[in-house]
Amino acid sequence: MKFGVVVFPGSNCDHDTYHAIGTVLGQPVEFVWHQSEQLENFDAIILPGGFAYGDYLRTGAIARFSPVMRAVARFANSGGLVLGICNGFQILLEAGLLPGAMLRNTGLRFICRQVHIRVENVLTPFTSAARPGQVLKMPIAHSEGNYFCDAATLAELERSEQIIFRYTTADGREDLAANPNGSLANIAGIANRERNVVGLMPHPERAVEAALGSADGLVILRSLVESLVRRAEPEPARMRPAAVAARVPA
Amino acid sequence: MIETDIKVTPELVAEHGLTAEEYARLLAILGREPNITELGIFSVMWSEHCSYKSSKVHLKRLPTRGAQVLQVPGENAGVVDIGDGLCAAFKIESHNHPSYVEPFQGAATGVGGILRDIFTMGARPIAVLDSLRFGPISPDPRASVEEVARNRRVLGGVVGGIAFYGNCFGVPTVGGEVSFEPCYNGNPLVNVLALGIAKKDELFLARARGVGNPVIYVGAKTGRDGIHGASLLASAEFTEESQQKRPNVQVGDPFMEKLLLEACLEAMQTGAVVAIQDMGAAGLTCSTCEMASRGGTGIEIDLARVPQRETRMTPYEIMLSESQERMLLVAERGREREVLDVFAKWGLDAVEIGRVTDDTLLRVRDLGKVVAEIPAHALAEEGPVYQRPLAPPAPRKEKLIEFASEGADLTENLLRLLASPVIASKRWIFEQYDYMVRTNTLVGPGAGDAAVVRVKETKRALALSLDGNGRWCRLDPRAGAMHAVAEAARNVACVGARPWAATNCLNFGNPEKPEVMWQFSEVVGGIAEACCAFGIPITGGNVSFYNETLGRSIYPTPVLGVLGLLEDASRAVAMAFRTEGDVIVLLDGRSEIAQTPAPGRHPDRSEGSLREIPRPAPLRGAAARNDSAWEFSSSEYAKTIRGIVTGTPPAIDLSAEKRLIECLVALAAEGAIQSAHDVSEGGLAVTLAECCFASHDSARDKSEGLSADVRLEGQEPAEAALFGEFGARAVVSVAVRSLARLREVAAQYQVAVRELGTVTSGSFRIEYNGRTGVCAPVESLRDTWAGALENALIGQGLREG
Repeated sequence: MKFGVVVFPGSNCDHDTYHAIGTVLGQPVEFVWHQSEQLENFDAIILPGGFAYGDYLRTGAIARFSPVMRAVARFANSGGLVLGICNGFQILLEAGLLPGAMLRNTGLRFICRQVHIRVENVLTPFTSAARPGQVLKMPIAHSEGNYFCDAATLAELERSEQIIFRYTTADGREDLAANPNGSLANIAGIANRERNVVGLMPHPERAVEAALGSADGLVILRSLVESLVRRAEPEPARMRPAAVAARVPA
Repeated sequence: MIETDIKVTPELVAEHGLTAEEYARLLAILGREPNITELGIFSVMWSEHCSYKSSKVHLKRLPTRGAQVLQVPGENAGVVDIGDGLCAAFKIESHNHPSYVEPFQGAATGVGGILRDIFTMGARPIAVLDSLRFGPISPDPRASVEEVARNRRVLGGVVGGIAFYGNCFGVPTVGGEVSFEPCYNGNPLVNVLALGIAKKDELFLARARGVGNPVIYVGAKTGRDGIHGASLLASAEFTEESQQKRPNVQVGDPFMEKLLLEACLEAMQTGAVVAIQDMGAAGLTCSTCEMASRGGTGIEIDLARVPQRETRMTPYEIMLSESQERMLLVAERGREREVLDVFAKWGLDAVEIGRVTDDTLLRVRDLGKVVAEIPAHALAEEGPVYQRPLAPPAPRKEKLIEFASEGADLTENLLRLLASPVIASKRWIFEQYDYMVRTNTLVGPGAGDAAVVRVKETKRALALSLDGNGRWCRLDPRAGAMHAVAEAARNVACVGARPWAATNCLNFGNPEKPEVMWQFSEVVGGIAEACCAFGIPITGGNVSFYNETLGRSIYPTPVLGVLGLLEDASRAVAMAFRTEGDVIVLLDGRSEIAQTPAPGRHPDRSEGSLREIPRPAPLRGAAARNDSAWEFSSSEYAKTIRGIVTGTPPAIDLSAEKRLIECLVALAAEGAIQSAHDVSEGGLAVTLAECCFASHDSARDKSEGLSADVRLEGQEPAEAALFGEFGARAVVSVAVRSLARLREVAAQYQVAVRELGTVTSGSFRIEYNGRTGVCAPVESLRDTWAGALENALIGQGLREG
């Protein structure tokens, strides 16, 4: 199993993501330079937060044309697991690997704070270690995280259960006050229809140690690790207890 | 555009801010008349901003040595040993005038400049803090409606600019301070501190060595922006025409800076970089002559090779441009390809523009033709130095505060204090900063007295606090400066870190005025005395003079940044109360006072010799209360509730401060305390309230916040007891079972322990001498405090970043 963390010249959460995967979770991880198109040796690709090419135009608008994104699209289309965090999510939207777009936060300001998100779907490789409806505490840090899509797309997202995370209160209530940036339907993260590509605005890699305020991000990163373990196991897969538990609705 | 063949006339010399004596000195150095380019070069290097000509003689008094100091002032930043083979580079710098002329870009480029100073040394920036001062943002008798509106815009722009730059660059903005006084109406202060970490044996210095080595220009192209930023904008008072200086403010590109950071650190790893310096104030001029001067060499460059973003720039303009995000480095001859390849990888311009020479001259060519030739060392180091005249101000005649009658309900006054922008929550500001990136922030903004960032791959953490009190420094510059050092050190100790080293940013008015220079001298004396007492060296800093608008000077405002070292990161202490039932304790370094409460008998009060301030005869009221009134009249309470700014800062007792600091560090190291928060603006009542508010924040997902039930006794008036700002005090909370141990440790450091009350989940109560002083639901206090800053700013047409 090997994780790849893409490094755009303006990525600034690349080291944090590397630390979370490599040091905290102890999994093999390597950086992937933005001009590389070689992803064959990786089992999962993470697009980290930051300002890929400065983002002076529109977040992710230039990054989508980078060589590495051509490779990421191929990787995703062949079923590889891709996680976009913050700027990574914005890039996945621009690249068309996820539907919708980002607007500026309703307050028109950058917001850095701890928020709560509720796991809406545990049947993904990114949430399989979560309990259905589990509320996770992790930080956001962005000025363009106000998710938007048209009504038909939203209906489709709802119908096919592609909304993976929603902003809620600490006790899981989905109300206006819990929505930090004005996102449509309190959306914090979505998946593609095949559920091998997920993007979210909150930063799980910043929530991997209690000393930093929360370790809830591990739920997402551990899900990824366990999913890769399952994928690697020869058929018929011997289910791990955690994975089994995650598949049983509460 | 400025032509090269202009004749240098006396008028032109004066326009460049050089006096007749300075020009004579210039002629002596050159041995001939300068051309216009040379005149420009001298004028920026000898500007107050670059040459420290008024401050140099005083700054020598600051203690700069210590076993932990690896790099004393003179390089781009100070460097101290932090153990584990690592060192910390840190420095503070002002960007006051640009931030008034163009708040967003002015503040943004202030961040950019200090970050370059850090990574120039080979250190990766891991934290930024800002000390910000503005005119009032809520209605104030000493500011017009227009001024208040403009102050709001300036604040919005400054905060937006800091966020824009730091967030994109990827350095967490982890703390700082924000204050408001009418004296900053036309002259806000924007002081930025950056901290970086490097391996001890991988430090880089800016010394051009190795004759024949190539001089390489990297980063952004040179434009006409910022010409004379240092000499004109930062080295002269503001007048009504200052708005026209807008073109002198540079524009920041944090993405470019990020590329520069990564590329420089990577290039340094090749081993082929000999020296490196950023181009900040005075751009190419400063970086070339300083590197040559420090290296004992000369540098020759050809401007035709400098990457330019505009056409037909003259040598004068290229040498004086302050375009941002540029670096100059010296590589090892024969290995320049390795360095150039790294910059190519990051998509940056990197061009060999010259070489190191052995003739100790800065020689500037334009397409081969020599356009300037100046002895580098004389230019960089032998500028004018002034012993400017000093004069203490005329004695003040002023009315001291009159205390409210005993038993007055002080709840309303506490609410008003909590709603004042100085004390109110700064969440609206710090949430615009990414304070978590790099995942090291153990104690972030608003959570503790100092910011704490861990050092990955070690057990350690570093703490940083920025503090200053301009009002106190106006009333007594020496005592005010000592308080600034003491508060910053105390804050660092409150989170459990040992004060390790300091940096300072000295913001003053026009040094040509004897009163301003007297303030400066007093402040430097105060900082030196306090730093010596605490054993913390000053490793660098910045002086910002000419902070005046229309002849009105700002308060003398030294801002101290103290770096602390925490041996065990897991022992970091925050300010929030943690558990119901814990005992609330006041630690008081002034042990003799605390044991036998006798207000006014401060240890050094009898000495008198320490203070040189001409103390006017106060309008005496009740004589017994006079001492309290003197000190209380300078408090935040006196200013906010009574509109009085008089008296003196509280007497400062450096040994008491030192005892308290050591006691706090020892308690934290043992894990004996649950929380710690020093008593500062707003006094004990505000300190206690903030410990409650912070518990609400940290417990947001579980329960409502905690509260405090406190009983005080004393002989001073209730207002002074609740809101007085005497130093050397901190509020800690402690589990009942640890109380005995706390007493033992405190006794060891001769720190008095006063049990104040209990952490509760009920109402916030402070009783004084058996009567209720303050009583209110903690939520109502918190709501006032939490929303005040935003209420003052919202709906005011804030310019958005």
